[in-house]
Amino acid sequence: MNFSEVFKQSNQLCRVSPDGKYLATCVQYRLVVRDVNTLQILHLYTCLDQIVHMEWSSDSLFILCAMYKRGLVQVWSLEQPDWYCKIDEGSIGLVSSRWSPDGRHILNTTEFHLRVTVWSLCTKAVSYIKYPKACQKGIDFSRDGCYMALAERRDCRDYVSVFVCDDWHLLRHFETETQDLAGVEWSPNGCVLAVWDSCLEYKVLLYSLDGRLLSTFSAYEWSLGIKSLAWSPSSQFLAIGSYDGKVRILNHITWKKVTEFDHPASINNTKAVVYKEVERKPVVGSADLSIQQHITMGSTLFNTQSKYEICPLPVQVPVVKPDLDRANPKVGVSSMAFSSDNRYLATKNGGFQVQSVTWHCSGDSLILLGKEQLCLCYMEVGEEEEEDDDVK
Amino acid sequence: MPESSLEIKDTSCSSSRYRMSSLRQYSQSSVLPLPMTRNPYTMPTISAFCTEDNVSECISYINREVSSLGFPLLCTESNNGPELNLVAVLNNVYNLLQLHRRCLQTVEDIEVEQVKSNSNMDYLQLSNTRLKDQLELSKRENTGLLERERQLQLKVKSLHNCLKNEKEEVQKLQSIIASRATQYNHDMKRKEREFGKLKERLNQLLIDKKDKKQTFEVLNYVGRSDGKRSLWKTGKTEARHEGEMYKTLLNDYDSRHKDLLMENAELKKVLQQMKRDMVTILSPRKPSQSGEKHDDSLEQTSSEEDEVCDSSRESLELSCEHAREQLTNSIRQQWRRLKSHVERLDSQASLVGERANMNAIPKEVHEEEMDRLKLEIQQYKDFIHTQQQLLQQQLNSPCDDETASLLNDCYMQEEKERLKEDWKSFEEKRKNFEAERRNFTEAAIRLSHERKAFEEDRATWLKHQFLNLTPFGDQMKPQMSKSQSALSGWAESEVRPMSTPAKLNKSLSHTAFSTSRASPAKTPSTADLYRTHRLIPEKSPSTIHPKQDSSILRNDDVPAQLRHVNGGANCRAYTFTGDRIGSI
Repeated sequence: MNFSEVFKQSNQLCRVSPDGKYLATCVQYRLVVRDVNTLQILHLYTCLDQIVHMEWSSDSLFILCAMYKRGLVQVWSLEQPDWYCKIDEGSIGLVSSRWSPDGRHILNTTEFHLRVTVWSLCTKAVSYIKYPKACQKGIDFSRDGCYMALAERRDCRDYVSVFVCDDWHLLRHFETETQDLAGVEWSPNGCVLAVWDSCLEYKVLLYSLDGRLLSTFSAYEWSLGIKSLAWSPSSQFLAIGSYDGKVRILNHITWKKVTEFDHPASINNTKAVVYKEVERKPVVGSADLSIQQHITMGSTLFNTQSKYEICPLPVQVPVVKPDLDRANPKVGVSSMAFSSDNRYLATKNGGFQVQSVTWHCSGDSLILLGKEQLCLCYMEVGEEEEEDDDVK
Repeated sequence: MPESSLEIKDTSCSSSRYRMSSLRQYSQSSVLPLPMTRNPYTMPTISAFCTEDNVSECISYINREVSSLGFPLLCTESNNGPELNLVAVLNNVYNLLQLHRRCLQTVEDIEVEQVKSNSNMDYLQLSNTRLKDQLELSKRENTGLLERERQLQLKVKSLHNCLKNEKEEVQKLQSIIASRATQYNHDMKRKEREFGKLKERLNQLLIDKKDKKQTFEVLNYVGRSDGKRSLWKTGKTEARHEGEMYKTLLNDYDSRHKDLLMENAELKKVLQQMKRDMVTILSPRKPSQSGEKHDDSLEQTSSEEDEVCDSSRESLELSCEHAREQLTNSIRQQWRRLKSHVERLDSQASLVGERANMNAIPKEVHEEEMDRLKLEIQQYKDFIHTQQQLLQQQLNSPCDDETASLLNDCYMQEEKERLKEDWKSFEEKRKNFEAERRNFTEAAIRLSHERKAFEEDRATWLKHQFLNLTPFGDQMKPQMSKSQSALSGWAESEVRPMSTPAKLNKSLSHTAFSTSRASPAKTPSTADLYRTHRLIPEKSPSTIHPKQDSSILRNDDVPAQLRHVNGGANCRAYTFTGDRIGSI
């Protein structure tokens, strides 16, 4: 594998454009756009302040740069480098900024989540949405970009508003039966909205597009509940990761539990293949990886020369006992990702130092991103092979 | 035993009367008779011990006894022979009396003691039984208490378990509460911080009063991504949105419905295929099965056929609930049968395996056993074969009808013979009775006639007598003699009837068994009878006499018959006549 030269970036703001042609990076207050193949700088934009958040528009024509401290959002155009757009939120402040799916609207969430302002790049119309909820995932757009679900809270009650992204018309507004709504997520087919409660209560509510409650699922009471949620790409399964270290899969017909996966400290399943990174340096521990159908992530550690060998079962996964006295303890399934062909589910349990798990769109490889390392896992039919890339 | 010397008091009567024999008799029985112990106050009369004859012997005997007891001797040897020392005797008597008294005392004491001990024993027995009962009771109580204790211990254990579970649960709940509490606190702190920030901001805004407005600067507005012009928000657009939303939903439902239908159809196909396979697997077993299984499988086949017919109908009505249920039920049924079949096979296989395992080691033994058993079987077969042959021979042995019938009835032969004889005799008797009855009736008729004749005769005779007072008396005499003889005959006949019943009885009993002696009976004709009764005038008086010989027999016959008539309706065997002849 060849490596390019190292480029500077700040705040981990390094995005490839949706069409895959350009690579945008932020260096302090500058936005650098490069060509992906040649890595030549195509454009260079300067913002008024240090860029905190950078996002490509869905059609790869515009880039949004947000500076939360100043309450500024600047939008740059790739087609027309001279074109500019500046949104100043003023004294109301800015907490988050994002594109709408059509790439022509910008949603700014004010400070203290007072309101969401929808700025349009096409028209002069401005929409305000009141009482957005400050939670884990308060806004979600459906995959086709038609609808937006927004979590609201007023008078100590949770509501969900469904907007039509065309003209930001409020389609549905309904109350949810949650204590403290933590997030909303559309199913990939856009017909079902999953709404889950905060970690103090294990509850998942499934609403149809028109606001009807389809089903409720609650695995247990009192203990800390849902930590993460993921839809399968075909919308057939909903994976719920909870603080008890288990992943429960619901099916889309009955919304009942199909199966549940555990993350045991000792892996005994005869079907599991455990790859262990063998270190040259004896100091650091080892990483255990890769089970065919059900993956538990381990931390990958920096090592120039390491190889993976298959460990004989049973394998003891080294577990760091987290501090349970703290809030939001580092237990439970924190991230999950389905492969795009619906065959595999990658989950991360416990305090492993894996920042993100992302599948390749073809579904046969997986990238594990740690703080300082990354690991590419290739899945093969019947066999597995791995390659390890280290990025500093 | 008192050592003091005693002198026996000589009973005056006893010195002279003395016999050796009686002495020996008493000396032999060393233990004196018992009346002493029973009633110590009545002295038995011991007069027979010492008599005047055996004084010296008595003295010597008593001497011996007394010396053995340690008392002074009764008599001392002196010149004149043994002399009784009176003092010694008195002393001895006194000693003996003392001894006796003491003995009595001891006996009394002993008896008292015995009574005491008896009562003690009774008391002890009573208390023993009482204590046994108590022991029994307490044992029962003990077992009951043990049982209770055991139950309580079980309860304690279960309660311990419950307590443990409860404790665990409490701990779990406590940990949950703790985590929730930390979470709440954390959130609370966060909210407080936010609140604080809000307050600051508000403060700042109110103080500063510099409200920086929102601004939006753009060089120029960009076209929409899809190229269309944006539309105003109207009711129509709203309706359109609604419509689109429902369209999406419906499309989704449609696709799901289609998927489910396809899945259903596939599953149904699979199920039907499975069912068909199961049917085919189960059906070939039919001919090899035993009788009852055969019946079972017959039912199965009939039901299977029904099911097969149903399945064809099922394919037409896939979505019908009834059909679906039918299909699932039939599948379940087939599966159960298959399962039982497989289980049976499994058990058989395991048995075979077990047997194989068991016999793996003593294989030779097994083989030996097999050979032995085979030999035995062969022997039994031969035995059975021979038996069968013998039986066949028995059955097939040639015999005529006679012997066959004889053989068949051999047990009854004797009886049959006797029966035949009895029948014969009965038949004869019957005939005889009938004949006799006839005879009796005839005889009765004759008797009446005879009486009439007799009366007439008497009348004529009287008449003749009366008339004989006349000088014509000689001519009448021969007729008189005839009637006299008839009368005499009758007189005879009247004498005999008394003896006949007994004789008849005897003869009856005789004839019953001595059939051989039965002479063929002849019934005399009526003419003979009349002739004998001389009712019919004879051809000549001279013929009477030669006929007398022959009629003697008949005379006897007549009286017998008349006797029969006199005897009343007694049906006796006609053979009596023969006997009568014999007896006469």
